[in-house]
Amino acid sequence: MSAFYALLFTVAFLVLIIGLTKKIIQYSRVPAPLKIPVTPAPLTKGGVAIRLAKEAILFAALFRSNKWTWLFGWLFHMSLFVVLLNHLRFFIKDVPLPLVLLQNVGEYAAFTMFIGLAGLLVRRIFVARVKYISSPSDYLWLILLMVIGLTGIVMRFISHTDIIAVKEFSLGLLIFDWQALPTDFPLMVHLFLVAILMILLPFSKLLHIPGLFFAPTRNQVDNPREERHIAPWAAELDAEKNKVQPK
Amino acid sequence: MADFETPKFREYPAVPLIKQDEMAGGGPFVSRAEFDTDLGYPGELPEDWKEKTLDKMGDLLGRYRSLQVFMDSCIKCGACTDKCHYFIGTNDPKNMPVARQDLMRKVYRRYFTFAGKYFPKLVGAVDLTEDVLDEWYNYYHQCSECRRCSVFCPMGIDTAEVTMAAREILAHVGKAQKYSNQIIQKVYKIGNNLGLPGKALKGILEDLEEEMEDECGVPVKFNMDEVGCEALLMTPSADFFAEPHIDGLIGYGKVLHELGITWTVSSKASEAANFGLFIGSYDNMQKISMRIREAAIELKVKRIIFGECGHAWRVAYSFLNTLAGPFDFLDQNYPIPQHILEVTYGALQEGKLRMNKEENDHLTMTFHDSCNVARASRIGDYPGSQFDIPRAVIQAACNNYVDMDSDTIKDATFCCGGGGGILTDDLMELRVKGALPRMEALKQVTEESGVTNIAAICAICKSQFTKTLPYYGFEMDAIMSVHQLVSEAIVMTGSEQEKDLDGTEEDDKTESDD
Repeated sequence: MSAFYALLFTVAFLVLIIGLTKKIIQYSRVPAPLKIPVTPAPLTKGGVAIRLAKEAILFAALFRSNKWTWLFGWLFHMSLFVVLLNHLRFFIKDVPLPLVLLQNVGEYAAFTMFIGLAGLLVRRIFVARVKYISSPSDYLWLILLMVIGLTGIVMRFISHTDIIAVKEFSLGLLIFDWQALPTDFPLMVHLFLVAILMILLPFSKLLHIPGLFFAPTRNQVDNPREERHIAPWAAELDAEKNKVQPK
Repeated sequence: MADFETPKFREYPAVPLIKQDEMAGGGPFVSRAEFDTDLGYPGELPEDWKEKTLDKMGDLLGRYRSLQVFMDSCIKCGACTDKCHYFIGTNDPKNMPVARQDLMRKVYRRYFTFAGKYFPKLVGAVDLTEDVLDEWYNYYHQCSECRRCSVFCPMGIDTAEVTMAAREILAHVGKAQKYSNQIIQKVYKIGNNLGLPGKALKGILEDLEEEMEDECGVPVKFNMDEVGCEALLMTPSADFFAEPHIDGLIGYGKVLHELGITWTVSSKASEAANFGLFIGSYDNMQKISMRIREAAIELKVKRIIFGECGHAWRVAYSFLNTLAGPFDFLDQNYPIPQHILEVTYGALQEGKLRMNKEENDHLTMTFHDSCNVARASRIGDYPGSQFDIPRAVIQAACNNYVDMDSDTIKDATFCCGGGGGILTDDLMELRVKGALPRMEALKQVTEESGVTNIAAICAICKSQFTKTLPYYGFEMDAIMSVHQLVSEAIVMTGSEQEKDLDGTEEDDKTESDD
């Protein structure tokens, strides 16, 4: 069983990294031939960085759009972020002080994460417009994340797992030194679903993570009159030399 | 009247419930082969349409980062679902931006992604059939490419990019829209969207000069093909004869005259509009843009100034430098290209224009932000100046101004309902229904603040409102050009208006009683 999980995580990690890298390379190679920032847009690169940060950290556009979706979505993502930070301890031998301190509040992030996800699921089921646009996978992602969160909560607060052993397993993973994993049911479910999530991420709508930063509508500087913008394929089509020039 | 009901004003504008297939149908008239072939399209459905469709789709996915990223990054959060004016006006769920994108995304997933290839049901992927193409044709011609949804999308997904790609793909398998393609063909053959030949245009401009001389006693020039003027004026051809557009043109003429800027229009490029944008064709958009470069060179101008037109300004401001630049032969001291409002506003700031606002005292104005100016370009030199400058110019020409509801203006502005190649009579039902949110906001300010008229800086908005205002109980001439207000208020040096205001030397001390 431990070997299966060790193998699963090694594969999951590789799929995640390779899949995501391939997608990011694809996104950066496909040109953006025209200037299409949604205006008003920043006039400088620094301004664009702030615009993207506001979207990535505060979900600014979503806040303007729908307060409930923002509330649940933001709660889920920020909680997930804290939860992920908390899990770093499984991969660092001597846990640094900030992470130790975070643990005190961090362990409750699983609850807020679950509440956020539940809110999103309720919205998806009961708001007719959102239901209309939902595929089975849209529900399954929410349920998958909720089960991951729930099994985590169970292990932390109800049926404790031997986390020392888990940590030895995870530290071993990093150096291909496979250690025994406790065979608690919640842990098995928790880890299996996390691995599934890692494997599916590069093939799913979870690509919104890199996608957010590659949207030309948000990452372009508003300066088309000042700087000439031309994509490689457009430059070929452009045939600069055929252009009429003043005599 | 047409065979549909004008939507009722809603007492409390709320999110509409969905009505399946409310706007299902065949879409606008399909283009004729003769228009298509001139634009580089086949003009009929080829036998291998399926391969052709997927090939073109793959081609565009490799050419446009926007399309590739947007196909992947939608999380179906629903933020956009209540933001489209066509959804609000029709309640058809396929007019929700995400559902409109999904028409293509479902096919993308089926043929271009691992999940869709092996688990189509799970991720909502579908096979490409002729029915799917017909549905594309119908619903991608119910989008005005106004970008309102993208403002609210947490991923910045712009449905306009998807609509443009879909139309480009459709055109490559013989399903292009007649309205847009016929117009582009006219631009190539005659020089403008309306098919107005040079001679007729010359006649109109000469009449305008006479009219100005009679009315103002000042020789305001409306040149055509005059070599050696300072500026080339690019303006939508509707400005040459339609109401209220032409009153705007008169306004530009007066402002430029007063500032001593000589200008000309070109008979070869007698059209600022560029429908290449609407059909998503880079090639056609570039070909149309090149006319401007050629005209500027032939007429030896130093500046290019654009009149009031929304999408033309998007192509001019955002794309012209890319498509037809670099413009190193023009005077670099001015923005290239420059918007007429930048000229007027700058002159007002410097105190170079005298305005008699009382001329417009019978009006209480509001302003409709045109989508392509609000969300796809800029007028002025700081982000958001495209909202402030038109309002400042209106208020310099008119004492009474009120904004509409803040959720319906500036970057949240609602499309007029006729943009993006929709301004055709065969889509009248869509146009009227799509105008609902704007009409509701207008209704509110007419009732609460006594607004009498609405000004716009886009030929499509003006034409669309002229047609749709009466459906909602407004007068068709409630829509005005911004430079029409300027035209009414401006007091040109040496004009009859100046004499009326200041009096002649003899009756300097007696009050004029008119």
